[in-house]
Amino acid sequence: MYQGIRISGFGGQGVISAGILLAYSGMLEDKEVSFFPSYGAEMRGGTANCSVVIASDEVTTPIVSEPDTVIVLNEPSLAKFEPLVKPGGLLIVNSSLVNSKPTRKDIKVLYVPCNQIAGELGNAKIMNMVALGAFASNTGAISLDAISRALPKVYKKLKPEVIELNIKALKRGAEIKLN
Amino acid sequence: MAEKKLMKGNEALAEGAIKAGCRFFAGYPITPQNEVPEYMSWRMPAVGGAFVQAESEVSAINMIYGAAATGVRCMTSSSSPGVSLKQEGLSYCAGADLPLLIANVMRGGPGLGNIAGAQGDYWQATRGGGHGDYRTFVMAPNGVNEMANFPHKCFEVACKYRLPAMVLADGIIGQMMEPVEFTAPEVDPKNLVEPDWALGINNGRAKRIVKSYDLREGYLEKMVLERVKRYKEIEKNEIMYEEKMLEDAEIAMVAYGTSARVSVAAMKLARERGIKVGLFRPITLWPFPKNRLAELSNRIKKFLVVEMSLGQMVEDVQLSINGAAQVNLHAKPGASVMTAEEVYTTLERIVKKGAKEYAVAK
Repeated sequence: MYQGIRISGFGGQGVISAGILLAYSGMLEDKEVSFFPSYGAEMRGGTANCSVVIASDEVTTPIVSEPDTVIVLNEPSLAKFEPLVKPGGLLIVNSSLVNSKPTRKDIKVLYVPCNQIAGELGNAKIMNMVALGAFASNTGAISLDAISRALPKVYKKLKPEVIELNIKALKRGAEIKLN
Repeated sequence: MAEKKLMKGNEALAEGAIKAGCRFFAGYPITPQNEVPEYMSWRMPAVGGAFVQAESEVSAINMIYGAAATGVRCMTSSSSPGVSLKQEGLSYCAGADLPLLIANVMRGGPGLGNIAGAQGDYWQATRGGGHGDYRTFVMAPNGVNEMANFPHKCFEVACKYRLPAMVLADGIIGQMMEPVEFTAPEVDPKNLVEPDWALGINNGRAKRIVKSYDLREGYLEKMVLERVKRYKEIEKNEIMYEEKMLEDAEIAMVAYGTSARVSVAAMKLARERGIKVGLFRPITLWPFPKNRLAELSNRIKKFLVVEMSLGQMVEDVQLSINGAAQVNLHAKPGASVMTAEEVYTTLERIVKKGAKEYAVAK
C-alpha cells in the first residue's frame, strides 16, 4: 500500500496542520509515513503546500511528485496541482472557494464544500478537517479513528470540545463520496 | 522499544545532540535549519545548558571554539552560506584539536543560492573548507531517524580522537517529518570525565594551553603529524556505510542523504523492470568507505553516482575505484531534487542501451 498526497491552499487554511495530522495518524496505524512542507519565501495570503506519504513499505522520497491524491483548498492551487495527479488518482476540490473546474478526464474529482460545512458546524477553522474526512473515506488510506486519535496528540493545547468539533468536521467530510 | 515520535529533521538533530550530552549551543538563523536554534533556545535551558543566538556565524563558531576548550560538549549549526562563514573558526578548532559538533543543513549555492535542499557542500565538508591540513569527521544522515541518532556517534568520535565532527544534511532532511526513535545511548554530562586538556579552574594542577599554533621551528610539523596518527585511526575504525541489493547487481548506485532515498525508489523501479541494480550509501563521508568500494569494483563493473550537485562525491568514488570499473554520474545542481523516474531513465540508458554520456573520465 502506498498513498502519496499533496495538500495545497492559502496560508492559514490549515494546509500544514492537516499534513502533519495525516502523517501522525498514519504513524498511529503503524504505517511508514513522511511529511514535507513547502518552506519557500511564503507570505500571509500566499499559497502553501505539503507532501504526505502513508505506506506499508519504507518511504523513499518524501517529495510527492506524482500524487495519488491532491487536495486543493483554494483557486490558485487547482492550476498548480491538477496536472500532477497520477492518472486514475483523486482530486479533492474545495468547492466553497474554487470556482474553476478541473479539465482532466483521466482522474477522479470529488467536490467538497469545506468552508460551507465548517460554517454549518460553527467554526470556519475546521474546514481542513472536512477535506481530510473526505480523503479518508474515499481513499481508505487512513481511518477516521486514527485521525481522531491523532488530534489531541498533535494539538495538545486544543480543548476537548474543540477536538470534538474537529471530529464532527471529519465525519461530515467523510459522508461525501464519489459517485 | 522507545515510543515513536513524529519529528522534523532539524528538531530531531537538536534533541539528538542534547541526548548526546551537548550543553552549549551558539548559532545564527538561516533557512532551512532555523528549527535547530529555535528548539535549542528553549530546550537547552531546560536541561541546564546554555543557548546563545550570536550576532553572526563567525561569532557563533568562535563561541564554540571557546566552549569546546573547556571540555563541554557543544554545537553550532547553519546552512551553506553560513557554514562558509564558519570555516576560519572550524580550521582553528581543528588546529587546537577540539571536539565539537557542527551541522550543515545544505541549501542551494554558490553564493546566496536559494533555500531549497542541495548537496553542493560535499567538497567543503570533506576537504576542509578552512585553511591548513585538517580533517573533519563527516556523517550524512538519510532521514529524521539518523538526524536523531548521529549526534551521539559524532560526539563519541570527536571526543575520542579530538577533532570537529559534522552532520552534513540537506534542506529536505532538515524540513521533513518522520517517525523517530532515539536509540543511541543517552549521555549525562555529569558522568563524563573531564578531558586532561580542558581549560577551567586551576586548583594547583599543571597549566593547560589550548592553541592552534606553534611558532617554534619544526614544532608545527610534529603537532600536525601527531594529529595525522589520530586521523589514520579514524580511517581504520570509524567508517560506516550501507549496502542494498548489491549481491547480484550489474550496476551499483552510490548516493548519500536525500539522493540515496531517491536512489532506493529508482532501484525498486529498475528491479521491477528487470535491471539488477543495487545501492551503496556512504554514511561517513570522511572517512570515505574507499576500500569497500574498491572491493565491490572487482565484481561490479558499472557505477552510477547520484548527487544533488554538479558531481562532487563522484571524485571520491573515482579515487576509490581507481579505473577498475566505469563510473557514471547523474547530477542535479541548483537545489532541485531528481525524481526516481529520472534516475531510472539514466540507469536504463546505461545498462540497456550502453549510453556513454553519463560516464566520467577515468
